[in-house]
Amino acid sequence: MQTIAAWFHALYETTGINLTIIYDAFDRARFINGFLVTIELSVICIFFSIVIGIVGAWLQGSQLVWTRRIVQAYIQLFRNTPPLVQMYFFYFGLSNLLPRLHAAGGDQPLLSGFAWACISLSFFAGAFNVEIFRSGIEAIPHSTLEAAEALGYTRLSAYRHIILPLAVRVCLPALNNNLVNLVKTTTLAYAIAVPELLYVSAQIWSDNVNVPEMMVVLLLVYFALVGLLVLGMHRLEFRLRLPGYSRT
Amino acid sequence: MTARPMPATPFVLAPPRAGTPKLRLRLWHGAALAMLVLLSATLADAASTGPAARAGILVILLKWTPLLFRGFLFNILISVASMTIGTILGGALGITLISLLPPVRLAGSVTMQFFRNAPWLVLLFFAMFLLPFQLRIGPLVIPLPDWLKAVIGLSLPVMANVAEIMRGAVASIPSGQWEAAESLAFKRRQQVWSIIMPQCIKRMLPPWMNLYAILTMSTVLASIVGVNEVMTLAGQVSAAEGGRTDLLTPLYGYIMVWFFLYAYPIALLTTRLERRFAVKM
Repeated sequence: MQTIAAWFHALYETTGINLTIIYDAFDRARFINGFLVTIELSVICIFFSIVIGIVGAWLQGSQLVWTRRIVQAYIQLFRNTPPLVQMYFFYFGLSNLLPRLHAAGGDQPLLSGFAWACISLSFFAGAFNVEIFRSGIEAIPHSTLEAAEALGYTRLSAYRHIILPLAVRVCLPALNNNLVNLVKTTTLAYAIAVPELLYVSAQIWSDNVNVPEMMVVLLLVYFALVGLLVLGMHRLEFRLRLPGYSRT
Repeated sequence: MTARPMPATPFVLAPPRAGTPKLRLRLWHGAALAMLVLLSATLADAASTGPAARAGILVILLKWTPLLFRGFLFNILISVASMTIGTILGGALGITLISLLPPVRLAGSVTMQFFRNAPWLVLLFFAMFLLPFQLRIGPLVIPLPDWLKAVIGLSLPVMANVAEIMRGAVASIPSGQWEAAESLAFKRRQQVWSIIMPQCIKRMLPPWMNLYAILTMSTVLASIVGVNEVMTLAGQVSAAEGGRTDLLTPLYGYIMVWFFLYAYPIALLTTRLERRFAVKM
């Protein structure tokens, strides 16, 4: 560890390539922390957006016209407005309308920036997920649903045991795409000062004036993160493939 | 028990509406949006403490509308400029993806993956910090103001996505088309330009429009790097009104409504085109 640090220090002295995140303990800790926050944010948002997608797709198949309309309004609203404005709306707007906690060191907002980032990003990605799951559900042959009905399944249990498992397999490629997008959109949390990867990188490059190096590191880290997610999703896709349905 | 006699229907059931769906912007869409703004405004009013007679929130919004609208038009300008640059570059990159030379194809595909997997905001920072503030080509000096850098930064991911859309469209053309063109002794250039591309344009249009909608949503990112567009102006408006916290919800809600009114018709048109161009199976 010491020799690696010394080597990168020497690299800075000889070539001017300043990678403080490797030889400086403080910057390294900051960077790793930011990386972990990005991962935490991504995992939480992926989970909740999928939950929203599944529940929303179920509600969209409802018999009640108003349920369908409300879900549709939610989808269109969140799909057709900028995620950054949504985040500001939640963080600056709604956050101020909520009661504040009386803590020892003065008033504190009820929800932190991190929590608001999770909420707004989950709703944003969830709106896309509802559409994706719906398209998967629509791809299920009608006769399958009729067979389930004939076997005495209720709407909910047919959805849980028959339609959803099939629909998930159909819509995995589209879901994959959206989740990649979600991981990339977590950078928006920078705007509300959540200390994620981009935010700590900005701190580091303004402290050390090493913008090009940090920029390259940042791009590579996101490249790796997205690559990891895509790899995982492809393995999932392979494990869940339906005989006779998969394309290859 | 005899079978119930079938009554002669005294009325004719209306046939299901055929044809392409119209732009279904119903009254309730607008009503729901207006409700949202009003609701947030009244909520904020209720939450605002102090009986001091302050201007109503709707009055404030109305007062600043011309300024905010100019900012919004700037967003649209940025999106159109980025889309134009991105489409031209992306078309060129897309051509390399269907090249017959493996090294060219590999280079194109690495470039595309790189710019597609990087977050938009990071690419925007990339353009902001790493582009010089002016370009010197011999005696010619081209200044690069912030907004132009933002346009370039946003056009990079657009380029990669356009290239991917193009690759997907070409891949979706049945291979019989290529073979037929070849058997009719068309040269490679003619095959691509006269036979494959004209069929691709139709398939590329809906995803391309989708991309434009995403780009429009991303133009607000330029506010983070200091371009004077609608979000920056909104922050300034809020400051000019004395930093009232209760103003923020309706203010950002108001901007959301504008983006919605711009993007929703595009989304509807995209779905309509998608349906029309759908491959019949």
